[in-house]
Amino acid sequence: MKKITLPITPEQIKDLKAGDRVLASGYLYTARDAAHKRMYELLQQGKSLPVELDGQTIYYVGAAPAKPGYAVGPCGPTSSYRMDKYTPSLLDLGLKVMIGKGRRSDEVIDSIKKNGAVYLAAIGGAAALIAKSITKAELICYEDLGTEAIYRYEVHDMPLIVAIDCYGGNVYARDFAK
Amino acid sequence: MSAREIKAGTITACVKKLFMDCNYFIGDDIMNAVCRAQKEETSGLAKDVLGQIIDNNKIAAAEEIPICQDTGMAVLFVEYGDKVVISEGSFEEAVEEGVRQAYTEGYLRKSVVSDPVFDRINTKDNTPAVIHTRIVKGDKIKITAGGKGFGSENMSAIKMLTPSAGVEGVKKFILDSVAYAGPNPCPPIVVGVGIGGTFEKAAQLAKKATLRSIDTPNGDERYAALERELLEEINKMDIGPAGLGGKTTALGVNIETYPTHIAGMPVAVNICCHACRHKECEI
Repeated sequence: MKKITLPITPEQIKDLKAGDRVLASGYLYTARDAAHKRMYELLQQGKSLPVELDGQTIYYVGAAPAKPGYAVGPCGPTSSYRMDKYTPSLLDLGLKVMIGKGRRSDEVIDSIKKNGAVYLAAIGGAAALIAKSITKAELICYEDLGTEAIYRYEVHDMPLIVAIDCYGGNVYARDFAK
Repeated sequence: MSAREIKAGTITACVKKLFMDCNYFIGDDIMNAVCRAQKEETSGLAKDVLGQIIDNNKIAAAEEIPICQDTGMAVLFVEYGDKVVISEGSFEEAVEEGVRQAYTEGYLRKSVVSDPVFDRINTKDNTPAVIHTRIVKGDKIKITAGGKGFGSENMSAIKMLTPSAGVEGVKKFILDSVAYAGPNPCPPIVVGVGIGGTFEKAAQLAKKATLRSIDTPNGDERYAALERELLEEINKMDIGPAGLGGKTTALGVNIETYPTHIAGMPVAVNICCHACRHKECEI
């Protein structure tokens, strides 16, 4: 089990290999479909983003509401491929870590390699367990999107698996068709 | 049999409880299957993933919080007795109110948008639900409710096979659909299959199949055997828990069928993640 801190360092990224189990601590930003679409449209218009992504981490998640006394509601990963259309532009801006689940497109994998980034997987459907590793959630922007707003999460020992490493190693590369 | 009056508020309370319960408490059929699978897996990673799922489901039940943040779009199959009269309201409004109360008061995620293409504005109470109602003989209402997450819903498929495809064609389409879905629908999955009827009937049967306990095989031994065979084949694919490899790709395959046209053999595959959430009640 490897321990990493977020924001991650280039040295830590180089040390991560597809299949490694990781515990992540530090902070990250949440964003899923609707927030990605908005950020992508801003970039297309030549505008700057509401969050500085250089060196940062995005977790693809839309949490359930927090019960009183909880920092955050259940918050497991959503399927990453829906963000593929928007991802290479964000990686070109310096985004270094993505956390989600499931396969990525060839374009995203090429961009991960080109930009020295890494894609980590959380266990889909383990949302109540994952929430135990989020110590604080702070709304950053796009409040009108509800669960799809961008939050900053402080995380402690969040359990993850390296899905696609900076060398192109990929735990999802296997073809299951007969 | 004379008419029986049921108050709208009774329907609302029942629907509210169904959606809260199904999101907090995983069924024994699923939990037992995951625990069995964890013992049988040989890879450390697969054991670890299944262990996280078991811990997660225990936390959700103990703390009464959702198993998964995607608490789904509300789907209901209703058998509505033709002698039932709803007082103090109407049936569908009572159901929608139950969904609204469950999702707003039960700390469930609101995941429904008003328009699929243009506006995509969150309705903020997870309504409307998808309600399939059949009028049946009697004076009771039976409701089967499920919160359907879209990670697995998006991996579902339908194909209008024709009769010459035979059982081999049915098997191939189901296995191809599961292989194509691969790691995306949060395996280990439950595979709901609908065969027969028309285009929309097959899809509806596949959904209904995901709401049946995986411990209850199809009543026709030929289809029960097909369920077992498909489960075995799927678990040879090595997709595994979370798509990271292993013996446990599916926990169950449930098939539902309906008579069909002389020219057709529609097959629908509705995939459900391991958080296969459904409860039922009779009023």
